[in-house]
This record gives sequence, structure tokens and C-alpha cells, in this order.
Amino acid sequence: MNRFALAFRLPVIAWQGLFFLGPLFFMIAMSFFLVKNYRMEEAFELKNWARMLTRGYVWDSYWYTFGMAGLATLVATLVAFPAAYALAFRVSEATRRWAIFLLIIPFFTSYLVRTFSWYVILAESGAINAGLGTVGLGPYTMLNTPFGTVVGYLTLTLPLVVILQTVALANIDRNLVQAARNLGCPPERTLFAVIVPLAKAGLIIAALFCFILSFGDFVAPYYMGGSKPPTLPILIIDTTKSGQQWPRAAVVAVMMMLTLFSIAAASIWLAYRKRSSA
Amino acid sequence: MSARITTVVLLGWLLLVLVFIFAPIVAAVVFSFNSDRFPTIPLGSFTTHWYDTIFADAEIGEAARNSIIVSLSTSVIATMLGFATAYTDYRYSFRLKGPYLALILLPPTIPLIIMALAMLAWLSWIGASGQLWSIIIAHSVLTAPFAMAIIRLRLNQIDPNLEAAAWNLGSSEWRALRSVILPFCRPAIVSAACLTAAVSFDEFAVAWFVSGLNKTVPVIILEIVQGNIDPQVNAIGSLVFLTSITLVVLAQVFFISRIGRT
Repeated sequence: MNRFALAFRLPVIAWQGLFFLGPLFFMIAMSFFLVKNYRMEEAFELKNWARMLTRGYVWDSYWYTFGMAGLATLVATLVAFPAAYALAFRVSEATRRWAIFLLIIPFFTSYLVRTFSWYVILAESGAINAGLGTVGLGPYTMLNTPFGTVVGYLTLTLPLVVILQTVALANIDRNLVQAARNLGCPPERTLFAVIVPLAKAGLIIAALFCFILSFGDFVAPYYMGGSKPPTLPILIIDTTKSGQQWPRAAVVAVMMMLTLFSIAAASIWLAYRKRSSA
Repeated sequence: MSARITTVVLLGWLLLVLVFIFAPIVAAVVFSFNSDRFPTIPLGSFTTHWYDTIFADAEIGEAARNSIIVSLSTSVIATMLGFATAYTDYRYSFRLKGPYLALILLPPTIPLIIMALAMLAWLSWIGASGQLWSIIIAHSVLTAPFAMAIIRLRLNQIDPNLEAAAWNLGSSEWRALRSVILPFCRPAIVSAACLTAAVSFDEFAVAWFVSGLNKTVPVIILEIVQGNIDPQVNAIGSLVFLTSITLVVLAQVFFISRIGRT
């Protein structure tokens, strides 16, 4: 290998090794460190793990986070699908490109500010309750509820889910859909027996991204869900920022990563497995 | 249901989804010009008061300066990392290429809060946390994959014979890179720089953890929001939207509009 090729490879490997792998491996190691007199000491002890895994509040938090992220994934998938279907099959190529450009914009705009806006819109004195009040309904409490958390998660994930589903649906072979229709297959049956199975991999990957983003997000459950109970990301923040217990926060982070790896592996298996029976 | 009704229902649903996605963006801009301290319907009167207060606020000015330094530096480093990886992927095949690509592409799949904790712990362990450049280091890792993806897409369109022709005519690999590959990739490079700057400009979780006392604009927003309802957030947010959207549109103009052409 010549110097030219190495000049492109080595700096990237060094930089990412030092600042991507380094932090991740150090965090895993840190979960075995000890904290004495507010100072972290190198050690290899299972104390942090034993402590965190035996606390009820950690598991409450774990299953709550898992459940809410799962709920957000389900809602996002169902809400996004008709929109993605419309973009894939019912609009022109140019309109679709414009819509996808619009859907990319929120990805690059402050999620924090968008969440704060929802806060204002959904408050008991906010826009929605003001509107409902004029027809004699409400006010409804929407903030600091699981509903608020899901709205927050969707703010983060919905644009991405719509984009990924649209790409998945737009890429399926139209001839197969047309063949089913020509052979007299009714529209609903075409949808569930032809279109959804053909787009399956993309739909599952979209759901996977939604789960990963929701599971790791602290803004929605904190500002819109009222943090009761705290989700795992909030637990990491509290443990790191106020408790100075970095090793315990690392335990939570490693738990989250193991969970996400399992979910990702399962999703990818589900998305790409060959059907054994016809 | 007839096909036409189905279409209307589907397009209506699509519109609702877009309304859901853009309502908070529009609301932030509207409320940033609203005189009431507590944003309610009906609106108060039109005011630029919240913009005046943020421009008068020294801490926010400092944060804006920090954010600009961080996002510009990040975009330079991330674009270089992205270009090096994209070019390596385009030109070479070697054993361990998979792990090599994973090294640069994986960061966005890891939740930001986990990256934040890991970066904080590691950077303070090696004595590099709490500085402005701590954020730059972290952001370059987080945003490099976006740069890589955009530049790689552009390299798909080049005729591989062009570079080989330059070598045959006696130009060195560096010279061929400079006069063939780089000019061809320029729109993608500019676009990658804009997008990585936009992502860095908005990132708050990692910046909040590793920045110490050097706050960026999103970290200030996070702190204000933690306090109470403050319409200044809408004003700052609107300006942040304007910045990010400008960068994304620039990226679009430079790249996506040209992707069809070679």
C-alpha cells in the first residue's frame, strides 16, 4: 500500500478510534469503576452493576422507556403509512421530491424549540384548548402525560419514518402490483398481500429507527411527559449531572446499548429473512 | 370506496401529517412576535421585543459566537473525514473495509445521550473536556457520516477512467486528485459542509455534556426551557430555524439540484 492510500485511511482510523471507539470502550470500562470521595477510581468491581440491577426504580424506568418507545414506534408506523403510501403512489415524481425535501427540513431544525412549541400549543391555556373551549370542550390536560411524551417522540421521529416508508414503497416493482390488480385482487388484499410484504424490509427499518431515536431521547419524556417515571436517558442525566455517579450512569447506558443491539439484530433478521414457505 | 375518494382521503392524511410536523415550527415563529408573556390564544399584539432582548443579552451573544465557531470547525473536520472515507471506499477495496466503513458510519445509530456520557467521561479522562474544541471533536465524529454519504453519492457519478487518464498522462496521484476528483466533487463538498454545520449548530445533548462553561445556543435554549416559559426561546428558536434552513437550502442548491447531471 502506498503513502497516498495511507494518507486517506490512517487519519480517519486514528480520529474515529480515538474519539468514537475510545469513548464507547471507556464507558463500558467505567461501568466497573468505583467512586470514592466524589472521585472516580479505576477498578474492576461489579458493585455498580449489582446496585443498579437490583433497584426497582431502574427496572420501572427500563420497562417504561421500552413501552413508551414501543408505543411511539407503533403510532408512528401507523400514522406515517397512509402518508407514505400517498407520496409513493398518488402524487407525481416532482411532488414527491418536494415533499421529501420538506420532510428533511425538520431533521435539521432545533428539536428543542419544536418541543417547546408543542408545550405552548398543548398547554391547558394553549392553542388547542382555546380552540376546544370555543365549542365548550375541555380544557384537557395533555402535557405531563404519556400522550405528551408520544407527541414529543413523534415530533422527533415522524419525518424520518415517512421518508423511509416512502422510499420503501416507491421502490417496489409496480408490475407486481398491477398484476395483482389485473388478476382481480381487490385493493385491500393487494395492499396486505402484495405491497406490504414487498416493502417489508424498509417498513421494519423505518420502525427500528423510530424505536432507537425514541428510546434514547430525553427531551420528550422530560419536557412533555413530566418525567414521571423518568426514562433511562433522564436517569443517565440525573445520575451524571447531580449525583456525580458516572459509573452508575454508564451501567444504564450499557443496558440501553445492549437492548438496542438486540432490537436492531432482531429487526434486521425479521426484515431480510427469506420466507421458507411460500 | 371508489379510487378517487381513497386518493382524497390519503392526500388529506398526508396534509395532516405535514401540519403536525410543521405546526411547531410555525408556532415558534408566530409566538416570537407575540407580545404576551404567556403564549395564549387569542394572540396579543405584534412586537419585536423578544428579539431586542436576545440581541441585548451578552450571554446569548457569547453563545452565538461559540456556536458559529463550533459549527464551522466541525463542518471542516467532518467534511475532510467524510471525503477521505468516501474516496477510500470509491477507489480501494481491501480486507477489513467493512469495519473501516463502520467506524465512520455507526455514530448516528448510537443514542446521543449515550454518546454524550461516553464523550464526557473519555474526554475528561484524557484531559480534554470542558473546552470549545471538546464539542468540535465530538460533533465531528457525529456528523462525518453525513458528509461521507453525500460525497460518496457524488463519486458514484464520476467516470473512473478520468482519474486513470490523468495518471497515464503522467500526473501524480495527488495531482490527479486535485485536478480531477476535487473539482468534480466540489458541489458535494460544499453541500456536505453546509449539512454538517447545520447538524452541529442544532446539537444540544453532547454539547451540553462536554461543553463545561462554553455554552452554545442550543445549550442556552435547554437551560432557558428548564427554567420556565420564556418567549425569548421562540425568538432564539426562529433565528436558529432561519440559520439551519438556510444551510439546508444551500446544500440542496449546491448538491441535490446537480445530482442528476454529471
